[in-house]
Formats: sequence, C-alpha cells, structure tokens
Amino acid sequence: MADFDLELDASGLNCPLPILRAKKSLSGLEAGQVLHIIATDPGSVKDFEAFAKQTGNELMESKEEGGKFHFLIKKA
Amino acid sequence: MEQKKLAIIATKGSLDWAYPPFILASTASALGYETEIFFTFYGLQLLKKRLSLEVTPLGNPGMPMPMGMDKWFPVALTALPGMQSMMTYMMKKKMADKGVAGLEELRELCQEAEVRLIACQMTVDLFDMNPTDFIDGIEFAGAARFFEFAGESDICLYI
Repeated sequence: MADFDLELDASGLNCPLPILRAKKSLSGLEAGQVLHIIATDPGSVKDFEAFAKQTGNELMESKEEGGKFHFLIKKA
Repeated sequence: MEQKKLAIIATKGSLDWAYPPFILASTASALGYETEIFFTFYGLQLLKKRLSLEVTPLGNPGMPMPMGMDKWFPVALTALPGMQSMMTYMMKKKMADKGVAGLEELRELCQEAEVRLIACQMTVDLFDMNPTDFIDGIEFAGAARFFEFAGESDICLYI
C-alpha cells in the first residue's frame, strides 16, 4: 500500500458513517495529500467509488485484506 | 460545475422512518449537494430536542421480528401493550450492534454540514407544539418557502 498522510479507521461503522467520516477527514487535508480509510462495511466498496466520482477526489486504491476494506483517496 | 441541490420532505415520525431523511441528507452533503429538509406533520418529531421515537410492528408485515415472529406470531397480538416498546428496544439494540449511527448523531452531522432544516409552521400551530421543544438552528416556514428551494433542486424526495 502506497504512502498516506492520514489514516481513518471506520471499522464497525455502517452506511453512511464511513463516507461522512472520510469527508470530514479529507477536509483537514491539503490538495494532493492522501487519506487511508479502513472499513468493514461491504457496501463501502461501491460507496467510495461513487464518492470519488462525485467529489473529484481520486480513489487511488481499493482492496480487501484480512476481512477489511482499505481505500486510498487523494484529495483534489 | 454548479452545486447540485437535494430537497426532502420528511413526513413520518417513527424510528424506522426517521433514518432515510437524515442518512440521505448527510450523505448528499458529503457529496457536495446543497441540501434542505422540510419537516411536516409527524416528521416534526425528528426535530425535537428529546427524540422519543418508536417503531411499531402493528400493520407492518414487512418488519423482520426476533425468532421469526413475523412468520408465526398472530398479527392481532402485535397490538398488545408493551409490544411497541419491546420492538423499539430490539430495533435500537440491533442498530447499535451493527454500527448504524444514532439519529442524534446523524442529525448533528447534517447540521454540521449545513443541511437546512425547516419546520412546517402550520403543523407546529395545528398540534400546538412548543417551539422551544425543537433543536436550535432550524427555521420555521411554510410550503411556499419549500418550493423556493425545491423548484431549483435536482432531486426532490417525499419521505
């Protein structure tokens, strides 16, 4: 997994909390910085794709590892 | 790109129906939408400082119940005293176990994200509701005020 500037553990949280927390965390970052999100909600895979598409922030990576979902989002 | 707009009318005051307006509004804000919710009739319960919302199994054949009760439990008995508070307790417990946000939390997230919350003035008068029972930061207005925003919206939902 590539480098990141901030990590958000949204494990155990259900829709729409991972997205809402991610949005909040991103607002504290500078453009070009990367947020690493860890989630357990299976719905978050499609949700983070949709979030990136609609907000213009880049979803650099999305993968499942050890029963958890990991996302890297670069702030636009 | 011009900011998209979401307008929601929230008309229901039960625990289950309280979720869709707040989930959709908070998510829309995170996606960059300008969002407004107009609360009318029973929907006004969602703006009370002290939320005491319940869910009823009565007349709700789609509601999953513990121990598969929705399959075998006589419908008439769902009207028994205590059934509603028991179902409400179980629903709240299930939601907490599954990491579903609490309503107060979702509502706060909406307010933080500057979702505009509008209470229907007519309903407040109709049911003799006390304006001080409602949370701060809301607006009291009528149908014309809703259309001012809804008429410009990209998505308009009646819940």
